[in-house]
Amino acid sequence: MELFQQITQFVISGLATGAIYALIGLSFAIIFNSTGIINFAQGEFVMLGGVMTIFSLNVLHLPLIAAIAVAVAATTVVGVVFERLAIRPLKNATPLALIIITIGASILIRGVVMLVWGKDTQALPAFSGNDPISVVGATLLPQHLWIFGVTVLVIVGCRLFFHHTISGKAMRACSFNRRAANLVGISVGRMVLFSFVISAAVGSLAGVIIAPLTMTAYDVGVMLGLKGFCAAIMGGMGSGLGTVLGGLILGTLESLGAGLISSGYKDAIAFFILLLILFIRPQGLFKKGETERV
Amino acid sequence: MKKLISTAFAAFSLFCLSTAALAAPPIKIGALFAVTGPASFLGEPERNTAQMVVDEINKAGGVKGRKLELIVYDTGGDATKAVQLANKLIKNDNVVAIIGPSTTGDTMAVAPVADKAGIPLVSCAAGSKITDPVRKNVFKTAQNDALAVARIYEQLKKEKKSKVAILSVSDGFGSSGREQLKAQAAAYGIQIVSDDTFGPKDTDMTAQLTKIRGSHAQAVICWGTNPGPAVVARNAKQLGLAIPLYMSHGVSSKKFIELAGDAAEGIRLPSGKVLVADLLPKNDKQKASLLAFIKDYQSHFKAEGDHFGGHAWDAVMLLKGAIEKGGDTPAGIRNALESTRNFAGIGGVFNYSAKDHAGLTKDAFTLVEIKKKDWVLVK
Repeated sequence: MELFQQITQFVISGLATGAIYALIGLSFAIIFNSTGIINFAQGEFVMLGGVMTIFSLNVLHLPLIAAIAVAVAATTVVGVVFERLAIRPLKNATPLALIIITIGASILIRGVVMLVWGKDTQALPAFSGNDPISVVGATLLPQHLWIFGVTVLVIVGCRLFFHHTISGKAMRACSFNRRAANLVGISVGRMVLFSFVISAAVGSLAGVIIAPLTMTAYDVGVMLGLKGFCAAIMGGMGSGLGTVLGGLILGTLESLGAGLISSGYKDAIAFFILLLILFIRPQGLFKKGETERV
Repeated sequence: MKKLISTAFAAFSLFCLSTAALAAPPIKIGALFAVTGPASFLGEPERNTAQMVVDEINKAGGVKGRKLELIVYDTGGDATKAVQLANKLIKNDNVVAIIGPSTTGDTMAVAPVADKAGIPLVSCAAGSKITDPVRKNVFKTAQNDALAVARIYEQLKKEKKSKVAILSVSDGFGSSGREQLKAQAAAYGIQIVSDDTFGPKDTDMTAQLTKIRGSHAQAVICWGTNPGPAVVARNAKQLGLAIPLYMSHGVSSKKFIELAGDAAEGIRLPSGKVLVADLLPKNDKQKASLLAFIKDYQSHFKAEGDHFGGHAWDAVMLLKGAIEKGGDTPAGIRNALESTRNFAGIGGVFNYSAKDHAGLTKDAFTLVEIKKKDWVLVK
């Protein structure tokens, strides 16, 4: 019985962490699908979401909802500026060069935040209190429900956007074949910008809703970014359910591994899974093999 | 006319002579602090404090009429960089002594360099292996982890609790604490029933704490520096963990209470006396130093002085005393440092000797509990 109770706690904690990975993974996939690059500054969008909410709350004295809106909007602006200044001018750069640019951008963003807001870790108050909720013998916090809720909303929103709107369909077209999309009159440049907007917004939203639980500082983006990347790889870099499942599986395995095997190997488990998938199923866990991805 | 010229000349040469006398070269002291990077929470207050103390010594006329010059370099918490900068201090800047580095890792890398060059090094890091075994020229001001562990175990023994779970961060600070916790357990009749770790950037420790909850431990000891322990405190509250939670001295600052929020209530930790200076009895030897340091830091930086800054305060003041006694040569300073007795600083009452370059006893720590977002002494 005790073991059962422990395992439910591991699974529930893991799912909560996994939902965060899933959100970050999604924002990785959105940019990858329209540009073919992996944006390693994604973790920094997550960090900006949290840090800016705290700034708006404590310095600008905005109410929580307004603070969140300001933070998401400001991060989106950072995403747009980043795309305009660093990605767009390099029309014919190879994906590798672009990826290195995103790494440079991540270091720059981290450095600026460190200089402007300092190095201290800060906490955001929980959205709806800190009283634990009991679920089949395990406990979770109201904030976890917020995370699950926002994750579901974002997934549904993405699904509707990508499959039922003209812009969304145009973005998918760009991911399948940029040249053909261009030929039928889709402005590829605008779609790339769009993808940065959505991805920065989703990333910063993830940063906001986890800040009350995990706290935030200028350097939280690195590890969260890597875990989100793992989730996206597990899902085959698709912007749908695969990445979400990837995140949830990763979170649960980490938590079970830490609880049942050894907490020292928690991150090793995550990265071992990543390597294994890259070796055995580079197209992702839930995808049929494709001959070519553009 | 001739007379005027000669008077002017005499006056001029006198002026030159007097400025030459005024400008007796300052005594150069080097400092290596991790002002940026992951250990910046140590390096920044240390740098601030060291500069503040040196400025004040100079304002008061220097040491034996000579000014001190502090040359500070930022190691960024990188051991390779720390070694390069130590070489620079010794070879280019010709310092007579070095304060720092801030972390145990940096210090272990720099120690052989300073020792070989014969330059006294007063480290601000806590790891006990810095001064064990003793190196001729290496001293330290931060309290050993071993003393903090002893302070916690003493309390647990008093409360007749014998089964503990330990949860340590997987970095230098955590693994050093973990070693000490394991090494001293037997001496206090304590059994470690669960031994877990977490990563410095981990955001959820419920898995480890759930495991601990199932292990029948009577207390949890968490060894780490912010933000990990604050996450542990919040997760413990989430899980409704009913056993007492002890933290290390690594989180003994108001920042921890701020981060952990309500979850900080009732947590106990060993701390340098700087946190509770105003609660100390009047006859406490350190009280005067502590209050002076806190007041100074407050007026300079509009922030509360913590015990990390205190390590640098102790290092500068110890060097000042050693220069007064032993002169301005590295060898003289070293010998004078080693003979320091009963120096009541921020970290504790220092008594260096040929066999002990750490100089403190477990009285350097006092056990505090967090109540209503403030510290109280545990009796």
